[in-house]
Amino acid sequence: MDLSIFLIQCLNSLQYGLLLFLVAMGLTLIFGIMGVINLAHGSFYMIGAYMAYALSPIVANAFGGGFFSVLVVGLVLAVILGYFLEWAFFSFLYDRDHLQQVLMTYGLILVFEELRSLLVGDDVHGVQPPDFLAGVIPLGDVMTYPVYRLFISAVCLLLALGMYYIFTRTRLGMMIRAGSTNREMVQSLGIDIKLLYRIVFAAGVALAAFAGMISAPVSTVYPGMGSQVLIICFVVVVIGGIGSIRGAFLAAMLIGFVDTFGKVLLPEAAGVLVYVLMALILLWKPDGLFKTS
Amino acid sequence: MPHSELLVEAHDLHAWYGSSHVLQGIDFKIGRGETVGLLGRNGMGKSTLIRTLLGHIKQRDGHITVRGKDMSKAKPHEVARMGIAYVPEGRGVFPNLSVRENLIMAARRGLDGRNDWPYERILETFPRLQERIGNMGNQLSGGEQQMLSIGRALMTHPDLIILDEATEGLAPLIVEEIWRVIATIRASGIATLIVDRNYHKVLANSDRALVLQKGQVVMSGTAKTIEQSDELTGYLGV
Repeated sequence: MDLSIFLIQCLNSLQYGLLLFLVAMGLTLIFGIMGVINLAHGSFYMIGAYMAYALSPIVANAFGGGFFSVLVVGLVLAVILGYFLEWAFFSFLYDRDHLQQVLMTYGLILVFEELRSLLVGDDVHGVQPPDFLAGVIPLGDVMTYPVYRLFISAVCLLLALGMYYIFTRTRLGMMIRAGSTNREMVQSLGIDIKLLYRIVFAAGVALAAFAGMISAPVSTVYPGMGSQVLIICFVVVVIGGIGSIRGAFLAAMLIGFVDTFGKVLLPEAAGVLVYVLMALILLWKPDGLFKTS
Repeated sequence: MPHSELLVEAHDLHAWYGSSHVLQGIDFKIGRGETVGLLGRNGMGKSTLIRTLLGHIKQRDGHITVRGKDMSKAKPHEVARMGIAYVPEGRGVFPNLSVRENLIMAARRGLDGRNDWPYERILETFPRLQERIGNMGNQLSGGEQQMLSIGRALMTHPDLIILDEATEGLAPLIVEEIWRVIATIRASGIATLIVDRNYHKVLANSDRALVLQKGQVVMSGTAKTIEQSDELTGYLGV
């Protein structure tokens, strides 16, 4: 493999891994802290992508803005959606067993897919990146790389760092981590755990939707894109260790590289490599790379 | 005691675990700066009384007022925000947070704006915590966890600290240290409700005491009268 191709694949791996991390972060937090298996998490990614497609004419009419206005409006809508869903559905799932959680969240997938079909139809769509990010930069003599993909990586990296900072350095982050080990004690310290959960859930929804929005210009927007991302995100969560942000980051990166390079080097086996990786890691560490108590 | 001086007042408290009627009509009160000992054999309802007052037991009935406000149906965090801190049996230290994080995560000023237990004073009071400030909660010894749990409670600047079995499973020297700290807390004007195996120590450190038997108060009075009563040892089974 020549160097510029190798470099391009590395950049692609990085971008894919970071994007996965954004989606998986919400999934691992909701699973690890609230104890809810959220099958509908992939739908938030799908909703984000469709918002990037469907909102742009509306936002252009209302604010005259472009892609970034769509991102902001979509993010606000996603937070509101997350807040509402936690209140209406997920807050009833915390003390239920996993079967009930799986049933309800699977039901939500069907509802979201049906709503999507009613509102924007079942067609496949493309979304244009903003003009100033639509270009390419040269890599070596003949290869080029799209600027927009670099932009995705940079934004995801900033968001990941921001989340890491909130999680490890702020009192909100401390409360969230504490809430994963001892709910009763968190309450006894005067912290409203329901509000805390609602914030975490809304943030998880917003991150997944944001990932969907920002990736819409490089991947097409299509029905069922949510379930695809959901499965791979569960792989990330399981490899990383349930509830571990660090683990999710490492696992997302691993999958990004294994999947991207697998498609280049071993195209016949590309579909299973990620799952082989998961099986090997679970054999070595049954609780994932970073076990949270 | 004038009504305004009362911190917590509970009347005819009942609590259930499933179909088991654990508290059967308990009256309880504690005043500002007062220390109350709670005695009784295992399973007589001491921890249930505490957890009911704190709002952790959902199956409950009766009236609870905190600072004159009705808290009968309040959620645990609302009770805590009224100035009641809890040092639970088993300490409740967050294992995945560092000592420093455990202390500061919920720190706040008192309801009256009081800030006389800042971070620095906690570390002066518990030098061992200073030494282990970067360690995770699960890397601490039992005694260190207990100090952390008490320090964390103090940093919320409560008017009442409830200590459930604070010396359980600790080495004698550490136990002495914990009692010294409890005396310091009392001296600083914070009310305390103490549950402990060692009833001599409880009574020596309390103004008043209650004895529970099968979910009911069977003795109540000043620590001195309780200590001198002939029935006490019978109720405690010692």
